[in-house]
Amino acid sequence: MRSFQQRLSDFDKRGIRVVAISVDSPEINKRQSQKMHYTFPLLSDADTTVIRRYDLLHAGGGPHKENISRPGEFLVDATGTVRWRNLTENIGVRARPDEVLAAFDRNVSPGD
Amino acid sequence: MKRSWNPSLWIGFVFAILGFFSYIFFVQFPITRDFPWANLLLFAFGAIFLAVGLKRAFGKPDTYRGKIFGSIFALLGLGAFAFFSFIVFYELKQLPESKGAPRVGAKAPDFSLPNEDNEPTALANLISSKAPNGKPGAVLLIFYRGFW
Repeated sequence: MRSFQQRLSDFDKRGIRVVAISVDSPEINKRQSQKMHYTFPLLSDADTTVIRRYDLLHAGGGPHKENISRPGEFLVDATGTVRWRNLTENIGVRARPDEVLAAFDRNVSPGD
Repeated sequence: MKRSWNPSLWIGFVFAILGFFSYIFFVQFPITRDFPWANLLLFAFGAIFLAVGLKRAFGKPDTYRGKIFGSIFALLGLGAFAFFSFIVFYELKQLPESKGAPRVGAKAPDFSLPNEDNEPTALANLISSKAPNGKPGAVLLIFYRGFW
């Protein structure tokens, strides 16, 4: 997430809005956002409705067996269509900004 | 006769412990996190030094010390390696398959969720509103585990 903040201007340039979603409450997100100087929104899906809708629920995956989201990244174009996605098989390995920007330039940008 | 010190055992043990705890540091960088080669390298050095030390301790027990504490070091090092491998190669891969997650070419399910200021934020609005530079909107959704 920190890496996405660092590259946010590259996302802005392409008109990509970055949005992060987790089960954390708006209060936690506010604190985290201020602490990390995030300028993109952190959205709160405390009851996992949207996480379930995207089939990303990691049941009991939290440190105290809470239901949380598995990591997952989706690039959605102006028509609301998914143009790229990444579902890691290792919790420690996430999509990197470069990967997403390259996917956008390859899959989304030329047509628009 | 006083038997001489067996530094290989100590060096090997320090490498093994470093191999374990340095993950806290190496995990910060994608290049050492996506595949933990730096940690495995430290473990490998640890194993070599411990093996050399143990060979001395058992091969020339009259000359070198370390039969007992060397064995303990080797066991602890092995344990650290086993635990590390379990976490990195097994535990971190326990993820749901997410077979129903929206595929490329599918519509992203709409949603509205509160942001950090408790303002509802809808995917449809993010998409339909033009980006500040006038380009058609695109959205990157990052689902993450949370900070706890």
